[in-house]
Amino acid sequence: MTPDLDAVEEAAKRLYIQALKVLPDDIKEGFQRLDASETDPTGKSILATMIQNIAVAEETDNLLCQDTGIPIYNVTIGRDVDVDGYALKQAIRKGCERATKEYPLRSSVVHPITRENEHTSCGRKVPVIGIDFSDAGEVLEIEMVPKGSGSENGSFLKMCIPADGVDGIKTFVIDKVMEAGGKVCPPTIVGVGVGGTSDLCTKLAKVAATRPLGSVCDDPMGAELERTLSDAVNSLGIGPQGLGGDSTAFSVQVETAATHITMNPVAVNIMCHSARRARATFTPAGVEFGF
Amino acid sequence: MTHHEITMPCTESDIRQIKAGDTVTLQDWLFGIRDATQIHMFDHGREIRLDLKGHAVIHTAPNVRKVPVSNSCPTGYESVCIGTTTSMRMERFSRPLMEREGVRIIIGKGGLGEDSRQAFQDLGGVYLAIIGGTAALETTWIEQITDIDMDDLNPESLWQFKIKDFGPLLVAMDSHGGSLYDKVKETMTDRRAEVLAKMGVGA
Repeated sequence: MTPDLDAVEEAAKRLYIQALKVLPDDIKEGFQRLDASETDPTGKSILATMIQNIAVAEETDNLLCQDTGIPIYNVTIGRDVDVDGYALKQAIRKGCERATKEYPLRSSVVHPITRENEHTSCGRKVPVIGIDFSDAGEVLEIEMVPKGSGSENGSFLKMCIPADGVDGIKTFVIDKVMEAGGKVCPPTIVGVGVGGTSDLCTKLAKVAATRPLGSVCDDPMGAELERTLSDAVNSLGIGPQGLGGDSTAFSVQVETAATHITMNPVAVNIMCHSARRARATFTPAGVEFGF
Repeated sequence: MTHHEITMPCTESDIRQIKAGDTVTLQDWLFGIRDATQIHMFDHGREIRLDLKGHAVIHTAPNVRKVPVSNSCPTGYESVCIGTTTSMRMERFSRPLMEREGVRIIIGKGGLGEDSRQAFQDLGGVYLAIIGGTAALETTWIEQITDIDMDDLNPESLWQFKIKDFGPLLVAMDSHGGSLYDKVKETMTDRRAEVLAKMGVGA
C-alpha cells in the first residue's frame, strides 16, 4: 500500500479539529465511573459541569477546551506500507498548519526564547511527530494528541538510584501528584515511566498518559504498580480541580523499559480531564477516523 | 454558603461580603488577561488603555476568528472558544494588578498562592474558581468581544468581554484570608504518610 499524501494532509487537519471537539468513549465512561463514586459535594458538582461541557461542545460543535495544546502526531507504519517518510512528515505538518489557519484555531506554539507565535501551531520541531513500525501489513495509523499545557507543565523526571527501589518510584509519583494539585486540571490520567534512559523514561510516561482508559500495562510488574498507585493517588483528597474529593485521577498508567544496573529512573507525565486524542487508520479500503 | 449576583464593576464592600465556599455569578463585563499580557504590563512597564478599576479579570487566551468590524463584532474578532488557563503561573502579578489597576476579582483555575491570598486580604479581592477544560460551556456565557488592547501579543492580548450570567463560580479565596486550596493541602499532607504506608513504602 502506498498512502496518498494529500489524504494524509487532510487527515492531519481533520484529526486536530476532531480531537479538540469530541472526547473518546473510554474517557466519557471514565467520567461516569468517577461521578458514580465521588462522595464530596463540591467534587461531584465539578464533575457534573465537566460532563455538561462534553455535551455542550458536541451540541454547539465547539472545542472542549480553549487550549489547543502542543500538537503531537504518532505515526505507526505497517510492514507492507511503502511511503516516503520525509514527505509524510511534511504532509502532517501542512495539515496541522491548515487546521490552525482554516478553522481557525488558537496557535499555542511559540519560539522558546523570542516567544514569537507564527500562528500556525507549528514551529521548530513542532508539531511533534513520532514514527514507529508495527507488525501489521497494509496499515498506516496516525494518532493525534493535542497536549494541553496545564497538564504538560505537570511533567517530572527523577533519576532514582537502585537503592531507592520501588519505594522511591512510588514516593516520587505521590509527591508529584501532590505538587501538581489542581494546576493540572484533575481528574487526570497520571502517566508513569519506569526504567530506560532519561529520555526514554519521559517518553514512556507520555505514552502511559495517552493510553486509553481500561488498557493495562503489558509488563505484569507495571500492571501491579498501576493498580497500587491508582488507589493511592485517589486517597489523597485532591479531587476535581484540586478543590477536594475522591476523583483525583481516572487512573495511574505505567509503561516500563529495561534500564542500567546503576539506574532507577522514574518520570511522571499528566493528562488533564480533557484527555483528547483522535486516530486515522489508512488501509487499502480507505481511511477511517476514530480514537 | 451564599450565592452573590455581582454587576461589574464592583466595590470593595461588595467583595468583603463574599466568603470562601460561596458562589458568584457575574454580569456585564469581564477582562481577559494572561502570562504575556502581565509580563508586558508589569515587567516591561507597558501602560494599558482599558480601565480595570473595580473589574474582574480571567486568566485566558481565547480562540477567535477575524471578521469584518460590525456592531456585533466591534473589534473585528468573533469568539470561537473562550476558556481558562492555570492561574499559578501568574501568581506574582495578583498584587500589582490590584494595586496599579484596581482589579477586584481574579478568575482562573487551579488556585493562587500565599502572596495572592495576602493581597486579597490587604486590598479587598477574591479568587473565583472556574472549572478548567470547560470552555465550550464558558463560551456560551460570553456575548461579545467588545474591546482589545495590546493586540501585538495575540492571543495573549488584553480582551474586554460583554458577559451574561457568567457563573456560578466557586469562591475559592476570599478577602478574609480564607482559601479552599489550603484546606485541601492540609488534607493531602495529613494523608501522605498513610497512603505511602498502605503501599508498603518503608515497610
